[in-house]
Amino acid sequence: MANSNSALVTKLLLIVVGMFGFGFALVPLYDVFCDITGINGKTNETAAVYYDGQVDESRTVTVEFITRTHTGMPWEFRAQTKKVKVHPGEMNMVEFYVRNPANKSMVAQAIPSVTPGQAALYLNKTECFCFNSQPLAAGGESLMPMRFYVDPQLPEDIHFFTVQYTLFDVTGNGTDDKPLNNPFLTSFSDN
Amino acid sequence: MSKATEIISPAHGEAHAHDDHHEHHIPKGLMRWVLTTNHKDIGTLYLWFAFIMFLVGGAMAMVIRAELFQPGLQIVEPNFFNQMTTVHGLIMVFGAVMPAFTGLANWLVPMMIGAPDMALPRMNNWSFWILPFAFTILLASLFVEGGGPAFGWTFYAPLSTTYSGDSTALFVFSVHIMGISSIMGAINVIVTIFNMRAPGMTWMKMPLFVWTWLITAFLLIAVMPVLAGAVTMVLTDKFFGTSFFDAAGGGDPVMFQHIFWFFGHPEVYIMILPAFGIISQIIPTFSRKRLFGYASMVYATTSIALLSFIVWAHHMFTTGMPVAAEMFFMFATMLISVPTGVKVFNWVATMWRGSMTFEVPMLFALAFIVLFTIGGLSGLMLAITPVDFQYHDTYFVVAHFHYVLVTGAVFSIMAAVYYWIPKWTGRMFDITLAKWHFWCSLISVNVLFFPMHFVGLAGMPRRIPDYALQFADFNKWISLGGFAFGLSQLIFLAVMIKACRKQGEPVSDQVWEGAEGLEWEIPSPAPYHTFETPPVVK
Repeated sequence: MANSNSALVTKLLLIVVGMFGFGFALVPLYDVFCDITGINGKTNETAAVYYDGQVDESRTVTVEFITRTHTGMPWEFRAQTKKVKVHPGEMNMVEFYVRNPANKSMVAQAIPSVTPGQAALYLNKTECFCFNSQPLAAGGESLMPMRFYVDPQLPEDIHFFTVQYTLFDVTGNGTDDKPLNNPFLTSFSDN
Repeated sequence: MSKATEIISPAHGEAHAHDDHHEHHIPKGLMRWVLTTNHKDIGTLYLWFAFIMFLVGGAMAMVIRAELFQPGLQIVEPNFFNQMTTVHGLIMVFGAVMPAFTGLANWLVPMMIGAPDMALPRMNNWSFWILPFAFTILLASLFVEGGGPAFGWTFYAPLSTTYSGDSTALFVFSVHIMGISSIMGAINVIVTIFNMRAPGMTWMKMPLFVWTWLITAFLLIAVMPVLAGAVTMVLTDKFFGTSFFDAAGGGDPVMFQHIFWFFGHPEVYIMILPAFGIISQIIPTFSRKRLFGYASMVYATTSIALLSFIVWAHHMFTTGMPVAAEMFFMFATMLISVPTGVKVFNWVATMWRGSMTFEVPMLFALAFIVLFTIGGLSGLMLAITPVDFQYHDTYFVVAHFHYVLVTGAVFSIMAAVYYWIPKWTGRMFDITLAKWHFWCSLISVNVLFFPMHFVGLAGMPRRIPDYALQFADFNKWISLGGFAFGLSQLIFLAVMIKACRKQGEPVSDQVWEGAEGLEWEIPSPAPYHTFETPPVVK
């Protein structure tokens, strides 16, 4: 009896430990799942190749751009174009204005998010300020370009989607010169 | 019980002599309770602890209802109001309902399967005695600078990671301890049921209370560790600079909700499956018929437990999921109403053409069936994705989960206590007072929770200390119902104190005329040690 008890308790404890680990495993699983499906609105983090297929003139999709700065980030940040009507497959360019009002040079990183999330997979950026962190001297200002096209495979029921950029302060993160592909890891090494 | 009827107990005289011998060795005083490894003592400790927590959490609900009695802010600060809603939820879930079920399991599982005690009695002692510390820490956090947790019992990030006070650490540690206690209790139940059943007590002869608790215990060991992981992530996000839920560091606050509800939905079934077991014991007794569809009850319970793992995102319809995911979670949720419906119909079929009588446990069980079904139906409404956008975070949700948890889980616990306490004390409780308790509770609980459906549909948000004038009349009624329900529980307290002081008529071994099962074969009151020689179940 005692032996069969301890064997069963051991098995049950293994389930407990396994499920505790599973809770943490959900974090990378969540990222992988969202990468594949794009459902949390995260877009491509490196430049997409130019599209050379047919432009779908029969469809018009409205893309809206909104901007915000993260808590404690003093920069001024706005989209020069608030809304643009595009045909899937057609190349477009929009610009964003930034100004650093602080009295020290700072580095910023913009993180995009698309709503509805499914549209994220079909927004292809060939050039984006969000691929790299952006340094700006004290009082400096700049116009940052973003070139993109909407994949003609975009689901039929999506006629409108919103791209939101949030600007984060990454000054001193040591990422000034390289693309910030995984901010999660950077913040770990930082602390 | 299906066919487990003929029970050969050890010869009564011999058993008595044996028990009497042990009765002399019951330790006296406080240390008896601190050091005890006896499943009946620990069951009693759990039940009294749960009752005290029920009164503490209830007092917090009284503060909430007093503030909401009329619009405007009059009694408490909004921050304190938020602490009350948060700690009320935590205490009722982890301090009242879950320990009460564990207490019932301790008392009943060994007696129902013919075991002398729980399989791991020392661990049993630990799993109870760490609980008072957990709740002392949680309650103490209300008095530290900045106040206690105010982010809701669901502790969504970033409310708990960015906008919370330093007491969050106390909250996290107390949840860790509660989790460890629940996991130890669950392991004990599983090992007891697997290894200590009396000869002949096959799986499909086990009483349904044992079955539902076995499945609940598996749910507990599967999801309590996930909760522990979630609070640990909140702790490191808040104090150690990680970014699990912080978008600025590459994390995702929506992921918190996924992890939390992966725990949270099985958790709500942890709080209702043992209730299904209790009702399945009581209804046959007072209908004087065997339970209708025993096997289907077992399979329905298992299906509910399995389905509970694939419906969590129905708490998150408004987070912007793809339509396909919303459809999946909507239909998976609705699917749960099938096994639940099987149960309700089985109970009704058990009563059909039965020789029914309406003793106090039966009154609570009948109220459970009707009112839990109302809560189940409002749950179906909430499962419909498009309308959930309107109901989300309104008082409709509050009405729904209080119908399933108060008139569901809590009523079932009261039914269980009234049903089995004569066996525990050997005396009948004060039936007149108990009936007063039932009728006062039944009327007031509906005055309390039913109008919440209306204000919720009209758009009154939850967790807000103030509200629009249009909701004033209903809220006055809700608060009055709340105060009446709170006071009604003092009648319950009086009945319980009288019962524990062994006032009342002695009862027979069977106690209730239609009661069947091993626990009704042993003497009343149940001796300190039972089934030291296992009974043979045919």
